[in-house]
Amino acid sequence: MSDIAIPYMVKPHPVTGLPNGKLGIWLFLASEVMLFGALFSSYVLLRTGAESWPRGADELNVPLATVNTMVLIISSVTMVMSWASLKMKNLAKYRLYMGLTVLCAFIFLVIKYFEYTSKFHHNHFPSTSNFFGIYFTLTGLHGIHVIGGIIVNVYLLTAGTSLWHTDPEHFTNRVENAGLYWHFVDLVWIFLFPSLYLL
Amino acid sequence: MADQHADHGHHELSWWRKYVFSTDHKIIGIQYTVTALVFLFFGFTLMMLMRWQLAYPGKALPLVGSLLNVGMPGGVMQPEFYNMLGAMHGTIMVFMGIVPLAVGGFGNYVMPLQIGAPDMAFPRINMASYWVFLPGGLLMLASFFVPGGAPQSGWTSYPPLSDIATTGQTIWLLAMVLLITSSLLGSINFIVTIVQMRAKGLSFFRLPFFVWAQFVTAFLLLLAFPPLEGAAVLQLMDRVAGTSFFLPSGLVISGEPLKVAGGGNPLLWQHLFWFLAHPEVYVLILPGMGIVAEVVANNTRKPLWGYRLLVYSIIFLGFMSFVVWAHHMFMTGMGTTMSTFFQTTTMIISVPSVVILTCFLISLYGAAIRFTTPMLFATAFLPMFAIGGLTGLPLGLTASDIYLHDTFYVIGHFHYVVAPGTIFALMAGIYHWYPKVTGRKMSERLGKVHFWLSFIAMNGVFMPMFFQGMAGLSRRLYDPTVYVWGKNIQPLNVVISWSAWLLAIAQIPFIWNFFASIKSGEKVNDNPWEATTLEWATPTPPPHGNFVTEPQVYRDPYEYSVPGKPADFSPQHVEA
Repeated sequence: MSDIAIPYMVKPHPVTGLPNGKLGIWLFLASEVMLFGALFSSYVLLRTGAESWPRGADELNVPLATVNTMVLIISSVTMVMSWASLKMKNLAKYRLYMGLTVLCAFIFLVIKYFEYTSKFHHNHFPSTSNFFGIYFTLTGLHGIHVIGGIIVNVYLLTAGTSLWHTDPEHFTNRVENAGLYWHFVDLVWIFLFPSLYLL
Repeated sequence: MADQHADHGHHELSWWRKYVFSTDHKIIGIQYTVTALVFLFFGFTLMMLMRWQLAYPGKALPLVGSLLNVGMPGGVMQPEFYNMLGAMHGTIMVFMGIVPLAVGGFGNYVMPLQIGAPDMAFPRINMASYWVFLPGGLLMLASFFVPGGAPQSGWTSYPPLSDIATTGQTIWLLAMVLLITSSLLGSINFIVTIVQMRAKGLSFFRLPFFVWAQFVTAFLLLLAFPPLEGAAVLQLMDRVAGTSFFLPSGLVISGEPLKVAGGGNPLLWQHLFWFLAHPEVYVLILPGMGIVAEVVANNTRKPLWGYRLLVYSIIFLGFMSFVVWAHHMFMTGMGTTMSTFFQTTTMIISVPSVVILTCFLISLYGAAIRFTTPMLFATAFLPMFAIGGLTGLPLGLTASDIYLHDTFYVIGHFHYVVAPGTIFALMAGIYHWYPKVTGRKMSERLGKVHFWLSFIAMNGVFMPMFFQGMAGLSRRLYDPTVYVWGKNIQPLNVVISWSAWLLAIAQIPFIWNFFASIKSGEKVNDNPWEATTLEWATPTPPPHGNFVTEPQVYRDPYEYSVPGKPADFSPQHVEA
């Protein structure tokens, strides 16, 4: 670590009301919006330009995706609870809720795995049609974001927790930033679910 | 803040942490600068090989040619190799040369100093940004060595050609993802640093113009690059997973129908690509404008004329740059309504550019200008950028673009903006800030030789291209003499090529000057140019943590020749 004290690492800036990390994560999410925005736009353009496009519900497994949507929403709630527990200085409860968040993320991926394999069994690959191409690309990229979230959250649950004992406010900020990212990943799915599975 | 300076000297970092995996913005800035200069020179070398083929089509290149047995057997350029050189020249110059130098180099080194910050907001992310950039750059170069060679689809990588190209194109996409990630990390860092870490008293309207330029540039990088990343993911899927996002139905290649599902749209790539690549044009030019502003104010010994106008213009420019992208696509048949819209926005965006240029010109008026080497480059930037900008207007109008599209006129136009424009500004920056980095000045005599030779050679290279283009010569032609009108203007190609080689010779005094001055340059004090902005208030070279005491700002950035003051410059950090 650098030996220089960077201002507003932990305490919020008096004018912006944000510590550096929180501003940084919001900017990162802005760029993520542009990334998924571009891909959603591509989906709209490909679909409107196509001669025929299947209805999502006919090709994809809506019940499984509904369960997955619930799993992600629950994980967002537990994420907030873990942050709130830290605000109330309760590390044990933080561990519980963060653990549940990671568990939900894994459940999501496992369900996704079964969805993918059943598609492959039916010989539905990205190359089959642009419908499946978009489906695998968007959900795949979202899945990578879920894995990224798991890595961050597992770090905060294990080795990262040591910061709590030296600088609890800094650690709480980190959990909040990870939470902002996690809610974004959740939000992307909230858009993916109806636009791919239902429409 | 005060106590942290006391313990700097205590523990010395290891050599690796200090100079290689450093989190210090100044070391990272130098790393970016040197790497980008090497990439720039490499990209220029590729172009010099292409210029041989254009000047003397099909003739064997003496000496050098025999070393490149694969692409140029017996010294004769192969068409495939020519295409590789063209695609890689553009990619290297834009993504691995100019942007890393202007943003990664100058932005990293100078911006935190100018705002009075001890470092960037996220030093480790800053280090990560360089160490993602370098592998990205090297991976890009490695594409020359895969089967089929480097990508041949141009720096724009238009499908369907790029979708069916050899492995080199996959490497291009992967390398681009790394380069984009690097600039994403950098841009977040820049914005947070500028918003959160300005010194006391340094309000937004007291920021040096260079910082404003970096600020707007960072927003462009942050918001424009992700769509290209998305596009790169889609093209990667097309190439690796066999999707057909950019492949229409019924595509026939070499007489064989392509075995894909089809139903895709090649134009989709162009929209996604230019949604990045037009803001990218402003990423290339805005930091250059920032450097010119610093050098002009310093050497005219006058406040910059119209500071607020400049700031409003650059913000407007950044905003508008997101809504002009399809003026690159007038010839794609996307429809006249679309064309009219983008033609209008393109005309609007030229207004703030002209405002900025005019402000710089008026700043020169009535000044006793010090024609130092940085000032020569900065002064030359103004007419060069003006030529580049004004020749762009006929391309932004749909009617004249039909004739000029994809001719050498376009090449001349954008090179005037980026080569004698941005590169001259970057050179001005190198000569201007060199004394801060090393404590020594670069030789003025060699600098002037470098400037005048480069100035003549640059114009020798790019001015004839306008005539070639208006005569109808297409870009990306392997042999320009295959057409009658190409034959008629072939002597111009010889002029351009010899100018390009002269331009290479003109860089020898610069390279010598750059390295030799580290040891033998004239020793100077902390503020050799008698400048007002905060970077000159640090010791030289600035230590880890930059400032000896936390700086406080009392005035606007360019208070030169204030009536009633004993000195002709009033630094921002000096009270009263």
